Amino acid sequence: MTLGLVFEQLLNGLQYGVMLFLMAAGLTLVFGIMNLVNLAHGSLFMMGAYFAIAAAQWTGNYAAGVVLGLAGALVLGMLVEVTALRPLYERDHLDQVLATFGLILFFNELVAIIWGRAALYAALPSWLRGSIPLFTGSRYPYYRVVVLAVGLIVALWLWYMVTRTRLGMLVRAGASNRAMVAALGVNIRLLYTVVFGVGAALAGLAGLMAGPVFVVQPGMGELILIQVFVVIVIGGIGSVRGALVGAVIVGVIDTMGRAFLKPMLATMLSASAAEKAGPALASMLIYLLMAAVLTFRPQGLFGSRG
Amino acid sequence: MAMLRTALAFAAAAALAFAGPAAAQQKVKIGFISTFSGPGGVIGGYMKDSVELALDHLGRKVGGMEVEMFYGDDQQKPDVGVQVAEEMLKKNQVDFVAGIIWSNVMMAVMPVVTGSGHIMVGTNAGASPLAGAQCNEMYFSTSWNNDQSPEALGKFMQEQGINDVYVMAPNYQAGKDMVAGFKRYFKGRIVDEVFTTVNQPDYQAELSALRSKNPKAVFAFYPGGMGITFLRQYDQAGLRDTLPLYTVFTVDEISIGAVKDAAVGIYEARYWSPDLKNPANQKYVADYKKKYGKTPVFYGAQSYDGILLIDSAVKAVKGNLKDTKGMVAAMRKADINSLRGPFKFNNNHHPIQNFYLLRAEKTGNDIEMHIKRTVFENHQDAYHEQCKLK
Repeated sequence: MTLGLVFEQLLNGLQYGVMLFLMAAGLTLVFGIMNLVNLAHGSLFMMGAYFAIAAAQWTGNYAAGVVLGLAGALVLGMLVEVTALRPLYERDHLDQVLATFGLILFFNELVAIIWGRAALYAALPSWLRGSIPLFTGSRYPYYRVVVLAVGLIVALWLWYMVTRTRLGMLVRAGASNRAMVAALGVNIRLLYTVVFGVGAALAGLAGLMAGPVFVVQPGMGELILIQVFVVIVIGGIGSVRGALVGAVIVGVIDTMGRAFLKPMLATMLSASAAEKAGPALASMLIYLLMAAVLTFRPQGLFGSRG
Repeated sequence: MAMLRTALAFAAAAALAFAGPAAAQQKVKIGFISTFSGPGGVIGGYMKDSVELALDHLGRKVGGMEVEMFYGDDQQKPDVGVQVAEEMLKKNQVDFVAGIIWSNVMMAVMPVVTGSGHIMVGTNAGASPLAGAQCNEMYFSTSWNNDQSPEALGKFMQEQGINDVYVMAPNYQAGKDMVAGFKRYFKGRIVDEVFTTVNQPDYQAELSALRSKNPKAVFAFYPGGMGITFLRQYDQAGLRDTLPLYTVFTVDEISIGAVKDAAVGIYEARYWSPDLKNPANQKYVADYKKKYGKTPVFYGAQSYDGILLIDSAVKAVKGNLKDTKGMVAAMRKADINSLRGPFKFNNNHHPIQNFYLLRAEKTGNDIEMHIKRTVFENHQDAYHEQCKLK
């Protein structure tokens, strides 16, 4: 366990965390501001990936695929909000869970009908391939560095939008008191549609960036959605800052657990016991952390609601 | 009198009505269970396509009789599989049940089918208990036992004198079985064994740890979507060109389409390959490409063989579908034009067959699996001695 490897694994954790953040930011915005539990967030992640691949094939250009994929997820998100989610705001969370679970099934089947059930090939342009040397002597995939950078830029942009712009102010006001904001003459319906669209675009961005790394197939969003829920519970529901911190914590702890738990246990237990306990414990770590946060700070690290 | 005549006419009509279906019963009904929905639905699609192609090649007749197919979706769940099988047996009155991808589904469905006095032809699942202590006279497999492919890789790597192998697999029963099969024949140094969470989305941490251990080769088992993720990330980490990767059930004709160049140069062990040179297989691959516009995969090849096996049994008893004993005896002969070439059934009704080392190679724009050498000739599974059948 050299220092170089620890650094490399920290970088891996940070990068994975930023990926989770892109998903979590949209989900936490929608949950915190609109008080809507959106299980179909993973579907928007999936649609982003499929839109980007389809658009890249159609135009023959990766960048055009990214732009159209993002736009597609944004428009689709707004469409879903207007047609399917509006009647659900007054209902309780269980109804929302049921309805958005239905959306998951709908989108998975839709994708299977249009693109087939087989996993799709997501091409990377040559300027995003290859790896860069680390000072540790190892090499790191260049594309992952780009994902890390994009995630941090989005985090900065979101922070600016929410805390420094008029739209952000309205969004925050809408989160605290919906009726009052509406009474002041703000079109809260439109505001919700915009917020949901932005959340969908963030999910789509995560999806289209995950495409070349993960697997693009129907149901791909659900694989990552559970960890995203863990992130927003730890970070505090509704807080973008919480989503960022929670995502990085989950990313780093999950990665470090997978990388170092087994060798560490092996120094204390027998090799075969570490062999058994290591992987099992590593896959539980983030859930244990979530349980601890729920016990000692139920509102999450940055949550304002009780 | 008139009344009597009418009554007689009715009786005759009724008799005819009942006799009708009895005469039309002169056809073979086959229930084919696989996964047709969800992520596993891709595999089911390839299997069904191959079953249909087998029927085309047989002139839409099985054992010379008309055939009626019933396809059922087990949704990759044992309980749904049992439900589908029971419906086929009771409502559709099928004569045979075939198919099934997953070991856990097969463990649940096989007893239901054989318990009702029908023959079950498994065309993928390779659960070890069904090859060993829980083998059944009425259960045949046209595929393999789970352990055999990793055994072949282990033997090959042992013979090559490869040392310092890094072993990776998902943390569930099949993952453990694959590693156990590999170690049954590989006796060299293993640097580390890593079991990852099932369906884990990211392997970057494991790949960093792997690189820091400086292994000479990697053995991996990552089926389905996990394999696609793993192959992509192995490639993106720059490992594909520097560290040989040996896999089982990871690189196949389905995953190649999703990873393309990231599969090139990866090794895989198997009993069948599209480039296997025998007339039946060459016809199968050519016709499959013509009919469906894609390369077939081993899941399909063994489903094709399953239909041929049923055909041989029905022929042997001359269409007397009540003669289960006769059909079992006929099936044991494995007297079919198998796509893998000639093979025999072991006492446990699992094939004794060759296993090959394959490598994904690029010719022009196509990436295909090519046989590099024969690792095992007439290989038996490790469990047949525990099976009481003679």
